[in-house]
Amino acid sequence: MSEGRTRLRRLEPAAIGGVMSREVANFRTYWRGTTFSSVLEPIVYLLAFGLGLSATLVDEVNGVPYVQFVGTGMVATAVIFSSALPAMFGTFVKHRFQNTYDAILAAPVDVEELVSAEMLWIGARASVYGCVPLLVTIGFGLDPAWGMLLTPLFCFVTALGFAGFGVAMAAIVAKIDQFNYVTALFVTPLFLVSGAFFPIEGLPQGFQLLAQLNPLHQLVELVRGGAFGYDAVDLLRFAGLVGFAFVMWRIAVNRMEARLID
Amino acid sequence: MLGHELPGDAKAARAEMGVVPQLDNLDVDVTVEDNLAIFARLYRVPDVGAAVDRALDLARLRDRRRDAVDKLSGGMRRRLLLARGLVHEPKLVLLDEPTVGLDPQIRTQLWTLIDDLRSRGTTILMSTHYIEEAERLADEVAVMDAGRVIARATPAELIAAHAGTHTAEVYGPPARLTEVRAVAEGQGLAVRPAGPAIAIVGAERASDGAVPADAVLRAASLEDVFVLLTGVEAE
Repeated sequence: MSEGRTRLRRLEPAAIGGVMSREVANFRTYWRGTTFSSVLEPIVYLLAFGLGLSATLVDEVNGVPYVQFVGTGMVATAVIFSSALPAMFGTFVKHRFQNTYDAILAAPVDVEELVSAEMLWIGARASVYGCVPLLVTIGFGLDPAWGMLLTPLFCFVTALGFAGFGVAMAAIVAKIDQFNYVTALFVTPLFLVSGAFFPIEGLPQGFQLLAQLNPLHQLVELVRGGAFGYDAVDLLRFAGLVGFAFVMWRIAVNRMEARLID
Repeated sequence: MLGHELPGDAKAARAEMGVVPQLDNLDVDVTVEDNLAIFARLYRVPDVGAAVDRALDLARLRDRRRDAVDKLSGGMRRRLLLARGLVHEPKLVLLDEPTVGLDPQIRTQLWTLIDDLRSRGTTILMSTHYIEEAERLADEVAVMDAGRVIARATPAELIAAHAGTHTAEVYGPPARLTEVRAVAEGQGLAVRPAGPAIAIVGAERASDGAVPADAVLRAASLEDVFVLLTGVEAE
């Protein structure tokens, strides 16, 4: 492998592609269950929240039928649950239970490539699963719009950030049970205060400010922009998500390097 | 290593090296051929298909290529683990206790595989605590104690230098063994416990009476050398 010596740089596509091909091979063995739940979940939520709530308590939010309001908001729920959680648990299990990372890192792959590949794969997956609630909502009467075509991109970037968050958490915790703290402290509040289920304008001032810092809220707004019309501020929201993904990527690489290289 | 400066050039060194871990870390839900293909890609093998076929032949798993790993027997999984570490035809292979916890039949299969690799010119660095394995397979053995190499030579040289040619094993009640041991040690011979027996190492140098008539005489082994060098009380 003489030409190999010049090719071995940072972030090599071959290394990242190799790690991703492992994820794809594994995904082929369990995609049915994941896909089933990701499709069924928004349907159940829309029936429960949308039909239940809108029939009894809320009719419209800012002129949007409540089913469509929740349906577009649930894109964010789908994204965080198909990115932060798989990244946390998947990374932890592969690293500490299955010793998968030992095998991968014995090959000419470094931690940065490994983490980047895991994040890209989760991002790609979440960009598909994130669109499912939107499609279901279209089935519930939401009008398709051209702006929706950007939804996979929004989901991808947001999922990259949460995948990085999950990887970093997996590197930091000592035991798998500690994910309970992560879920209760970060994941659940982030998705509840994202504006998916109720508009954040109704919250107290302090919470509104916090919600603005919540990447999921920015995603919710962007998805609704796609469905009901974009705003100039949406560019800023997207830039914020890109920044979030970048920062989480660096933190994930840094924490994983600390964990894997002694 | 292999002409690469470590740790700066470790990634390039890893590309030319194969690692077979002691712990099985195959992807169990994935097929045999996918396990091999993934690592062929990670090692940047140009023709992944050909590399997978070659590795399947090596592991003798061609007819199981589409089975998930968790459908394989323990011996097949071991062979696959070895073949995975060899999928890119490395110049140097690290084998970490490749036969630990395996049935004798499977161990023999792996020995054949390892010997085959060696005869094809691959450098193999193998750790083992089965001394018999080192004696049979290795061109050169380094005896390690508490993390340090305390002797290094061919198996034959090590045996000749430290254990002589013959070892006499004596069986009997403890009181008798203590007596035999005292006589042999009185003649300056090394004696070590060998399960229920004691082994008088270098029995060919014994004078009259040191080796009882009912002793079982056998060729000196690397195990004699190992126990003599690292001490009776293993950590």
